[in-house]
Amino acid sequence: MTDSQWPLWEVFTQGATGEPFEHAGSVHAADAEQALQNARDVYARRGEAVNLWVVPSTAIVASAPSDAGPFFEPGNDKAYRHPQFYKVPKGVKVF
Amino acid sequence: MSPSTPGAPASPAGPRTSPPANALFEYVLRLGDDRLVLGHRMAEWCGHGPILEEDIALSNIALDLTGQAAALLALAGEIEGAGRSEDALAYFRDETAFRNALITELPTGDFGFTIVRQFFFDAYSLLLWDVIAKGGHAKLAALAAKSLKEDTYHLRHSSEWVRKLGDGTPESHARAQAAVDALWRFTGELFERDAIDDAAAAAGVAVDHAALAAQWRELVEGVLREATLVVPAAPGAMVTGGRRGRHTEHLGHLLAEMQIVARSHPGASW
Amino acid sequence: MTPTSAAPTAEDARVAAFEARIAAGESIEPKDWMPERYRKQLIRMMSQHAHSEVVGMLPEGNWITRAPSLRRKMSLIAKVQDEGGHGLYIYCGAETLGVDRHDLVEQLLNGTAKYSSIFNYPTLSWADMGVIGWLVDGAAIVNQTILAKTSYGPYARAMIRICKEENFHKRQGYEIVTTLARGTPAQRAMVQDAVNRFWWPSLMMFGPSDTDSPNSGELLRWKVKRKTNDELRQRFVNLTIPQVQAVELTVPDPDLHYDATSGNWEFGAIDWTEFNQVIRGNGPCNKERLDARRAAHEDGQWVREAATAYAEKHASRATEAA
Repeated sequence: MTDSQWPLWEVFTQGATGEPFEHAGSVHAADAEQALQNARDVYARRGEAVNLWVVPSTAIVASAPSDAGPFFEPGNDKAYRHPQFYKVPKGVKVF
Repeated sequence: MSPSTPGAPASPAGPRTSPPANALFEYVLRLGDDRLVLGHRMAEWCGHGPILEEDIALSNIALDLTGQAAALLALAGEIEGAGRSEDALAYFRDETAFRNALITELPTGDFGFTIVRQFFFDAYSLLLWDVIAKGGHAKLAALAAKSLKEDTYHLRHSSEWVRKLGDGTPESHARAQAAVDALWRFTGELFERDAIDDAAAAAGVAVDHAALAAQWRELVEGVLREATLVVPAAPGAMVTGGRRGRHTEHLGHLLAEMQIVARSHPGASW
Repeated sequence: MTPTSAAPTAEDARVAAFEARIAAGESIEPKDWMPERYRKQLIRMMSQHAHSEVVGMLPEGNWITRAPSLRRKMSLIAKVQDEGGHGLYIYCGAETLGVDRHDLVEQLLNGTAKYSSIFNYPTLSWADMGVIGWLVDGAAIVNQTILAKTSYGPYARAMIRICKEENFHKRQGYEIVTTLARGTPAQRAMVQDAVNRFWWPSLMMFGPSDTDSPNSGELLRWKVKRKTNDELRQRFVNLTIPQVQAVELTVPDPDLHYDATSGNWEFGAIDWTEFNQVIRGNGPCNKERLDARRAAHEDGQWVREAATAYAEKHASRATEAA
C-alpha cells in the first residue's frame, strides 16, 4: 500500500446557531467521521463553531474565472432588485 | 503506637497499611494524579504524531487531561487544608506519594499502545464522571460535569481509532492486539475498592465499583469486537499498587523530568 | 528566453492583465490564471512557511515535559499545537495551487525544502520558552501581519487566521520573560542568557539583506511580499528594544544605538556567514530536527495506512449494503 496524507476535505463552520456556515479551511482525513473529528480539533479549538460541515474537496464544483463575466456581471445592472430603486413619500418612516 | 515492654528491644513491627488521614483528599488526589500523569504521557506526542491532524488531536486530549488535573489537584489541596497548591502537589511530591493508577504511567509506546490505553481510560473515566457528576459533593460534581463533556469526545476519538487500527491493515491489527494484551492486566486496578473509596462514599461520592466494572467491560468489549480484536482471557492476576503509592519503575523517571525545573528553583515563581 | 523585439504573444497579454489585477489590489484565487512563475514562487514560499511551523514545534516541544507549573505547561502545549495548526492551514493553502501535501512533506524530509533557520538552534533552558515566544513569535508576527495582505487569497486568509491565533503566543512569551527577569538571580541570569542566544538568530529570521535577496523584486511586484526583508527587520527591532528596556535586559550588540533622525534603533552587522551555514544544513540542530520529523513520519506510516485501509473497507461494505 502506498503512503498518503489522506484525502482533502473542506471545512465549514457555523459560529452561532442561526448564522450561515462559512468556509474555515481544509483538513486531511481518511473518512467522514475522521474529517469531522479533525475539523473539530483544527478549526474549533477556541470555541469558534457550534456546527461543522465537512465536504470532500473533490465534491466542490466551482465557477471558473472565465465565467465571471456571463455569470456575475448581468447581476450588476438590475437596480429593480434593490430597495433603493423604489420611491417612498417623504416623511414615511416605516421603511 | 502501642507502648513497648520496658527493657525489651524496640520492635520494627509497623502497621500493615497506614490509615488515611484525610480520605477525601486522598480520593481527589487519585483522580487528579491519573489525569496529570496520563496528560503528561499524551503531551509527549506533541510534535511527533503520525500526521499533522492527529498531532493536533492528541495535544487537545493532553490539554484537557492536564486541565482536569490542575482543577482536581487544586480541589485536593483545598480539602487537605495545608496550603498546598496544585503546583505544590504536582511538582513537590515524590513518587511514593503519587496515587495514579499504574496504567497511566506506562511509557508512551507506539501509537497503538497510546490509543488503546487512552481508550481503556476514557471508557472508565467517562463512566466514573457520570456517577460523580450526580454525586453529593458539589465542587467535585461540577468538575465532573465539565470533564464528562471532554471525555465524551476523547472516547469518540479513541474508540474510532481502535476500530481503525483493529480493522485496518494486518500490521495495525497486530499492533492493536498486542497493546490490548499488554494493557489488559492493568485495567483491574481502575475498579479496586478500598477504605478510601468507602470514606469517599460517606462524603457523598458513592461509586459502585462492581457495576462500573461491568459497564466498562460491556462498552470496551463491544468496541473491541467491532474492531475485530480479541478480548483477552482474564489474566492470572491484575497488577495494582498505584493507589497506595507502589508504582512501576517508570513513574520515577517521568517525575524526574516533570519536576526538574520546579525543584531546581524552590520558592521561585514561573 | 523570448526575444524582446517579438510581437506581444497571448501569454504576454495574460501576464499584463494579471499584473494589472495585482496593481489594482485584487486578490488572486486558486482557479484564476496566474504566471507559472507566480505559482512556483508561492508554492516555494508557502511550503517553506508551513515547514517552518511544523519544525518549529520541536524546539518548544522539547520543554513541554519540563514546564515548571501546570499553567505554563498548558500554555506551552497549546502554543506548540497552534504551530501545528498553522502549518496545516498553510499546507492547505499551498495545496490550492495544485500540489499535494504528501509531496511537500517529502521535500522537507529529503532535505530539498528549506525552513526557517531559527529552529535549528537548541532550546537549553526554560527561559528559552519565554524568549522564543517573545522574539521569535514577535518576529514572525511582524512578517505575518504584512503577509495577511499578500495577493494570493488562500495565503492571505490563512495568515489572517494565524495572526488572530498568534496574539497569545507573544504575550505568553513576554509574560515568562517578565516573570524570570523579576525573579531570583538564577532566573534572571537564565533569561539574559536566552536573549543573548536568540537575539541575532531572531534578526536573521527576516532573511537576507535586500541587497542579497534574489527573489524579492519579483515577489514585491506581484504583491506576494509587501515589504522588504530589511524594512521588516528594522520594524521588529524598533518594536522590541523598548520591551527589552522595560524588563531591564540587554541585547548582545555593542553597536546598538538610537538614531534620532530616522527614528530607528540602528543595530550592528549581522553575521551572514552563520546564517548561510545554518541555511545550508550546518546549524547546531539541523540534523536533530530533520531526524525527528523523519522518525514521526516513518513511525506514523502504519497508522496512516490503517486509516486508509479501514476507510476503503467500510466504503466498499457500504456500497455492497446499498
